[in-house]
Amino acid sequence: MRPIFALSLAAVLILPLPAAAQPTPWAHPGEEAIDPYAVDDANAGAAPMAEDAVFEALGGVQGVSRIIDDLVDRSVRDPRLEEIFKPTDLARLRRTLKEQVCFILGGPCAYSGRDMAAAHKDLGITTAEFNALVENLQGAMDDAGVPFRAQNRLLARLAPMKGDVVER
Amino acid sequence: MLTGGVSSVEGAGGGGLAPWAMITGYGSQGQVGANAHATVVDLPDYQFRSGGIALGVQDRLELSYARQTFDTGPTGARLGLGEGFTFRQDVLGAKLRVFGDAVYDQDRWTPQVAIGAQWKSNNQPGVIAAIGGRDHEGVDYYVAATKILLDQSVLLNGTVRATRANQGGLLGFGGDRNDDYSLQFEGSAGVLLTKRLLVGAEYRTKPDNLGFAREDDWFDLFAAYAVNKNLSITAAYADLGDIATFEDQRGLYLSIQAGF
Ligand code: HEM
Repeated sequence: MRPIFALSLAAVLILPLPAAAQPTPWAHPGEEAIDPYAVDDANAGAAPMAEDAVFEALGGVQGVSRIIDDLVDRSVRDPRLEEIFKPTDLARLRRTLKEQVCFILGGPCAYSGRDMAAAHKDLGITTAEFNALVENLQGAMDDAGVPFRAQNRLLARLAPMKGDVVER
Repeated sequence: MLTGGVSSVEGAGGGGLAPWAMITGYGSQGQVGANAHATVVDLPDYQFRSGGIALGVQDRLELSYARQTFDTGPTGARLGLGEGFTFRQDVLGAKLRVFGDAVYDQDRWTPQVAIGAQWKSNNQPGVIAAIGGRDHEGVDYYVAATKILLDQSVLLNGTVRATRANQGGLLGFGGDRNDDYSLQFEGSAGVLLTKRLLVGAEYRTKPDNLGFAREDDWFDLFAAYAVNKNLSITAAYADLGDIATFEDQRGLYLSIQAGF
């Protein structure tokens, strides 16, 4: 089948389906429905690194995936943060966070999540909570054996997002 | 953990010898942080001690108090002051963060900048007058700029101080050689080796107001270690130069700091 034909066939097959079952660029199957928004790598909030030294130090796509899973696991059972994450669609959070970190480290990923201001709007996150999350990320990277200097290079990209994440 | 610095000998949050722009404590927005410190510098002919507390309010304002003790020990007799003669100085400090954030502003070069003042009062007006000092009380004013380059794991600080103090005020303020304020520079540079360990160096220029003895710049090499979030220890090799005609005052600087 030629690609053009395959695409239009897919369009015919998909279009009549109910909205919820549709794979959209902004939400994947198995995640809760979310209002549409424009997908753009710029939503990641930081430009990707030019070289992949830090990406490799975190262990590539697999390593980033494990570190983010660990970060989310730590944060949902962290007494300082658990309340905030109670209503969160964790499947989506894990997926978009992995995309975001992989993208920022110059890995082979695109970011499909919302921008940081939109994602954290009305959550009322404090500086202390921001620092707690960073601490959990440091803990996850420590356990994954990521050298301190490489950790700091990632944190240097995330730190300026405080302005968009913290509201109080 | 050490990105907020430790307690300087004058009580303000910073390096060992110079105040930094950071506001002491874990006082992030809406919170108050406090810490206490005790420091000893053991020199060949003297012992310097400092103890104090500092309060940080909303990561904006820092208030500090330090009591400094300059113990001449056996050297006191040779200076004609009597064995164990001790200068004491109280230092009240206030520091205001003006703009910038040394830790979070990693997407721009601008440092965190703070202005501060230190009110100093020495308990030996008689001796200070006898050695040519003009006052036993004085005020220092400073501007401090601090930047953490997280991408390099490096911390830099530069402080400009307007002062009349002789040996930080331990030998009074103003003197027979010069009685005016002068601008002095204090620089610190450090490398974060781990979450807990910061090593670096500091340099502090000083006025030379007194005719009876030359005053030198101060220099140190330090290692600050965070035992945990509430406790840190700083060890340094400090070179305080000549002090009151006694040359080459170099020794071990040890400081312990507890934060709440
Ligand atoms: C630099 C730091 C941070 C980064 C890079 C980050 C990244 C993200 C990403 C990628 C998303 C998903 C966006 C989407 O759904 O389209 C998200 C959502 C979320 N984040 Fe963060 N985050 C940061 C800090 C924090 C902090 C400090 C907290 C709370 C303590 C927090 C709590 C949440 C919550 C609760 C959601 C889900 C919001 C919702 O589903 O409506 N985040 N964050």
